[in-house]
Amino acid sequence: QESESENRLDGETASDSEGRSDFGGSSAVPTSDDTPEVLNRALSNLSSRWKNWWVRGILTLAMITFFFIIIYLGPMVLMTIVMCVQIKCFHEIITIGYNVYHSYDLPWFRTLSWYFLLCVNYFFYGETVTDYFFTLVQREEPLRILSKYHRFISFTLYLTGFCMFVLSLVKKHYRLQFYMFGWTHVTLLIVVTQSHLIIHNLFEGMIWFIVPISCVICNDIMAYMFGFFFGRTPLIKLSPKKTWEGFIGGFFSTVLFGWLLSYVMSGYRCFTCPVEFNNDTNSFTVDCEPSELFQLQEYNIPLVLQSVVGWKTVRMYPFQIHSIALSTFASLIGPFGGFFASGFKRAFKIKDFANTIPGHGGIMDRFDCQYLMATFVNVYIASFIRGPNPSKLIQQFLTLRPDQQLHIFNTLKAHLVDRGILGSLEDA
Amino acid sequence: EVDLEERLRELDLRSDSDIPDVPPPTDSTPEILKKALSGLSARWKNWWIRGILTLAMISGFFLIIYLGSFMLMLLVLSIQVKCYHEIITIGYRVYHSYDLPWFRSLSWYFLLCVNYFFYGETVADYFATFVQRREQLQFLIRYHRFISFALYLTGFCMFVLSLVKKHYRLQFYMFAWTHVTLLITVTQSHLVIQNLFEGMIWFLVPISSVICNDITAYIFGFFFGRTPLIKLSPKKTWEGFIGGFFSTVVFGFIFSYFLAQHQYFVCPVEYNSETNRFVTECEPSELFQMKKYSVPPLLQAVLGWETVNMYPFQMHSFALSTFASLIGPFGGFFASGFKRAFKIKDFADTIPGHGGIMDRFDCQYLMATFVHVYITSFIRGPNPSKLLKQLLILQPEQQLSVYKTLKSHLVEKGILQPSLRG
Repeated sequence: QESESENRLDGETASDSEGRSDFGGSSAVPTSDDTPEVLNRALSNLSSRWKNWWVRGILTLAMITFFFIIIYLGPMVLMTIVMCVQIKCFHEIITIGYNVYHSYDLPWFRTLSWYFLLCVNYFFYGETVTDYFFTLVQREEPLRILSKYHRFISFTLYLTGFCMFVLSLVKKHYRLQFYMFGWTHVTLLIVVTQSHLIIHNLFEGMIWFIVPISCVICNDIMAYMFGFFFGRTPLIKLSPKKTWEGFIGGFFSTVLFGWLLSYVMSGYRCFTCPVEFNNDTNSFTVDCEPSELFQLQEYNIPLVLQSVVGWKTVRMYPFQIHSIALSTFASLIGPFGGFFASGFKRAFKIKDFANTIPGHGGIMDRFDCQYLMATFVNVYIASFIRGPNPSKLIQQFLTLRPDQQLHIFNTLKAHLVDRGILGSLEDA
Repeated sequence: EVDLEERLRELDLRSDSDIPDVPPPTDSTPEILKKALSGLSARWKNWWIRGILTLAMISGFFLIIYLGSFMLMLLVLSIQVKCYHEIITIGYRVYHSYDLPWFRSLSWYFLLCVNYFFYGETVADYFATFVQRREQLQFLIRYHRFISFALYLTGFCMFVLSLVKKHYRLQFYMFAWTHVTLLITVTQSHLVIQNLFEGMIWFLVPISSVICNDITAYIFGFFFGRTPLIKLSPKKTWEGFIGGFFSTVVFGFIFSYFLAQHQYFVCPVEYNSETNRFVTECEPSELFQMKKYSVPPLLQAVLGWETVNMYPFQMHSFALSTFASLIGPFGGFFASGFKRAFKIKDFADTIPGHGGIMDRFDCQYLMATFVHVYITSFIRGPNPSKLLKQLLILQPEQQLSVYKTLKSHLVEKGILQPSLRG
């Protein structure tokens, strides 16, 4: 069995022409054809090249439609979907590890990988739930204790897994086991932390979730189209199908797309308001007074553009300026996530991460560019948009000792008086 | 190039015993020791070298404690850098990847980025008054996360651009190796520094407990050891393990008693902006004030006392010593497994008779995280200065509403007297 797999690895030449394998050429690991029968019959008349194109196109539309549906269904469903995507990505990458190292029969290992996934998710969800569901948590006694000692409980759970790993080390397989341990942890670092950052962005306002993801998708599609019609100069040896024309064309289209999409979305409260949990109705609400980011303002057009556009001022949302930053990142740096994944696939001689989506490969193949984006949006929000969360600060304050509380209160008071926000004689 | 791919496949797929050993490290024992011990047999010579070096390290430790918090921080930082270097060097040797393009620079660059991020998050809080005075630092602090992320991204993009056709797999291995090493060494060292700022006692007692457990388990094993503990480390025995546990608990108890009396060890470390130095002066918290405890009836018969005067901290020291003796060794087993997996005897040969710095610190890693989690869960809540810093960067309206909420809370609890002046 081992020699067979080695032959398989040998057979795949490290050639760069991804294009060849895309058009039905021989692939290293023969992927089973997942395309549903319906599609197969409908497209049976076309040549295999156009058939592949149509399958990809139809699946793209299906995924985008699905995306719209779950947006419509609301934050709770979105969170669930993000969680499912995360688990599937984790599963795909771990399975690749198993395949690479032939380590299906390692003792305990599959159990341990899933256990670590559970621990890390428990830790992150606990932190999120504590922040956003504060009043709910305080009401229910068991939740309150779980939340108070949350870090300690998470750490204990993780330690249990760590000790089980150490106890499971078997003499002939030390190296393999360490490899899988490292592989699991790096995968957790990439997949789980990013998915939780996405959920944080979501809570900030659905627009912070939808615009970045759409920009990355748009960049993918636009770069492909520009490359298809105008592409000539190759961009990077790692991904020979990418061209400079596609890259630049994709950049400009994505900025424009982000601009327009933000304009449309900023008008609706359900997208711009932070998601809050309403204690009385026990459901999520998105209702608020839109912040200044989402209120129309007059901007003066720089003289240069005035002659081109013909207007002196323009009314737009401040958020649209931020959308330029988001789209720029999605077009210029996002592709590096894609190159990283391409390099990874070449390093381990796999064509796709998995065969979940016909014509597209696995979930990871679709989400490779999204990972850097999620972190960027989170850091961007934390640095430029909002400061810390006031309710979280209040919670932390309430757990301090009285003398510390008094000290902080007095410092805050002095600061407010200093800035003139609070009159010194005011009876607040 | 074919050779490289073949070698990789062999490395991955062959069972452990087929892989050739990494050449043994050279003997770095100083000449003077060698001359002094030239008369003894090889076994005793080794024992003496280890003993002398142990005493040297412990003395060095005391010296640094005497020199103060700043020196301790520097020491922790140097140890972190050395541990990182040791583990990365092992990776190079295992994968024969000295000639990978860019890789050494990238590894050190990532170390720098992650350190920059952590120092900015934690240490900056403690130097709040120092930072307020300088404009450039204000800018760096406010946009700290963004700057750190941008630095990291640059490294990431450089990595992607440095991928070379024949070496993809190797490069990904080294990338992952670097990140796991960073996760282990850098995060733990920053937790150690945070524990240190909480009070030197939170730094000294855990580290001493681990060292004590190492030494006493070795001694008990030497004299009484018969039943092997775990296949990974054949020199460890159950007798050593249990003997070490009890000795460490007693040691921790007594050591805490002595340290808890001095403000120097007990007070949180603060930075005094006038004198530009660290000060440890405060009103000792209730943890470090003597209290009368009733001895449980069981022990009363044994000890003959009805009550005993102890510091509450000594109860916490039980938890710390227990962890050091029962779970800390798993860190050591992990490191032993790692050494066996990659066929190395020691991480490096920095310390004669002991091996590398990692060999001495492998049990400390879990301990540092445990102490940090313990402190944040059971001892204190969030860090007040960090909270204050975050309050000060809120929007004015948010600050006002927070102020009102806090005020009503404090009045309710009677901590603040409601007055007409507000």
